[in-house]
Amino acid sequence: MPKANVTFEKLGITVSVPAGTRLIEISEKVGASITYGCREGECGTCIMKITSGMEYMSERSVLENQVLQDNMAGRNDRLACQAQVLGGDISVKA
Amino acid sequence: MKTALEAVEITPGTHWIGALDPGLREFDIILKTANGTTYNSYCVRGSQGVAVIDTVKASHSDEFFARLEQVARYDEISTIVLNHLEPDHSGALPELMRRAPQAKLYISAKAQLMLKALVRDSELDFTIVQTGDTVTLGDRTLRFFSTPFLHWPDTQCTLLEEQQILFSGDVFGCHFCDARLFNDRVGDFRFSFEYYYQHIMRPFREHVLVALELLEPLTLKLIAPAHGPILREAPRSYVQRYRQLASPLLPNEIGAHDKSLLIFYISSYGNTARMAQAVSEGAETIAGVRVSLYDLQAGGDLPFVDLIEEADGIVIGSPTINGDAVKPVWDLLSSLAVIKVSDKLGGAFGSYGWSGEAINMIEDRLRGLKLRVPVKGVRARLIPAAEELERCHDLGRQLALHLTGSLANRVISMSELLANSHE
Ligand code: FES
Ligand SMILES: [Fe+2]
Ligand SMILES: [Fe+2]
Repeated sequence: MPKANVTFEKLGITVSVPAGTRLIEISEKVGASITYGCREGECGTCIMKITSGMEYMSERSVLENQVLQDNMAGRNDRLACQAQVLGGDISVKA
Repeated sequence: MKTALEAVEITPGTHWIGALDPGLREFDIILKTANGTTYNSYCVRGSQGVAVIDTVKASHSDEFFARLEQVARYDEISTIVLNHLEPDHSGALPELMRRAPQAKLYISAKAQLMLKALVRDSELDFTIVQTGDTVTLGDRTLRFFSTPFLHWPDTQCTLLEEQQILFSGDVFGCHFCDARLFNDRVGDFRFSFEYYYQHIMRPFREHVLVALELLEPLTLKLIAPAHGPILREAPRSYVQRYRQLASPLLPNEIGAHDKSLLIFYISSYGNTARMAQAVSEGAETIAGVRVSLYDLQAGGDLPFVDLIEEADGIVIGSPTINGDAVKPVWDLLSSLAVIKVSDKLGGAFGSYGWSGEAINMIEDRLRGLKLRVPVKGVRARLIPAAEELERCHDLGRQLALHLTGSLANRVISMSELLANSHE
């Protein structure tokens, strides 16, 4: 199965996960300082900055895009409860 | 004695034109004031223009305009500076802009969004300024210093160079209402100055230190804040006080490179206390970590929040009673609103009778405060067994290793991660 390596920069931990895993699943297990609200991509609580490897992330859905925009998120931000890692090396600010 | 609506000259050509709000007892819900506050606004006259620095809360506009009209005509106003867009300072801005349409408005970059929410006018014209930018009034110059997060993203300070007056916005301000205005004439306002810092500026301590680097080199004859007394007697002492309040003290006590881990617990039958002891012993096995253990039972008014402000990590032990952590724990956690805790390390443990919800609740709250919670908490039913105390010991050890960075740059797999989080 293809793997992705997700590095949590503040924690200093890299987790190697199966492709298709959502960031929320990993962040909750490593104890990153991210909080979740709706867990359904609607509230914007879980905005997370991707510092590198955005090209290895799943595409933003229309709804995710909208929620990110409403929260004035930047280009490198994603909703951790929605975004999936598809492979390669990804770093997040958490 | 000044009549209520007179402008007050603070130095030649510069007047206080603010408003007094002696009846106010509660500011923004969270702040108390025993004698009200002032919304300070200032008018600076130069050879080629007049500047208005900040305005007042909308409800006090009449007072502000009455004072302004004594020292300037609206068509003379060339410049309006807003150091901070919160409504207590921007309330009279829309009306001022209507009365002085030729005046140019100067704000910080971050203030734009707030300005647009405040003045719903698509034609709105303003100039963004940052540190080093200046505006001339002919023989007088206003110089801007961007001091973000003191206490909003938009905050800035403005220096009247020739007179060495710093219009500092909320910085160096306080909620204290006294018509005598100047710090050498008003009543004793020391408490209000400290209280304002503790509640408004303290959460942004790191930003205070950055701003002080900009402001400390200035020669200042007078500090004109947006609330409370105008500081003309020993203005530097207030800058120094901010430096003291914002400077970390813990490095004087422990090695500069040592990490501080605080363990707080409360225990009804001694079970959670035993677990706390084990966490502490586990953490102490790691060199470079200074561990402190506190019983919240004795807490109450103890200044734990001061200790936490400088700590690198906190671990909280609570029994679960009626499906919840106990009140002293929530009191401690809610007191953290006045300090910056994000990115500190957090953890939880505790004993329980029927169910151990407290641990998850504490962990969630810690994450909500943006602490990192890298090690799953430990719960024990009633009297902790040797194996459970061992897990507490390990919790302490793991947290300490995280603090020293010994666990950094690890690569682990999702399955290991799942195995470690025993739930
Ligand atoms: S938790 Fe609500 S959007 Fe992700
Ligand atoms: Fe403010
Ligand atoms: Fe204010």
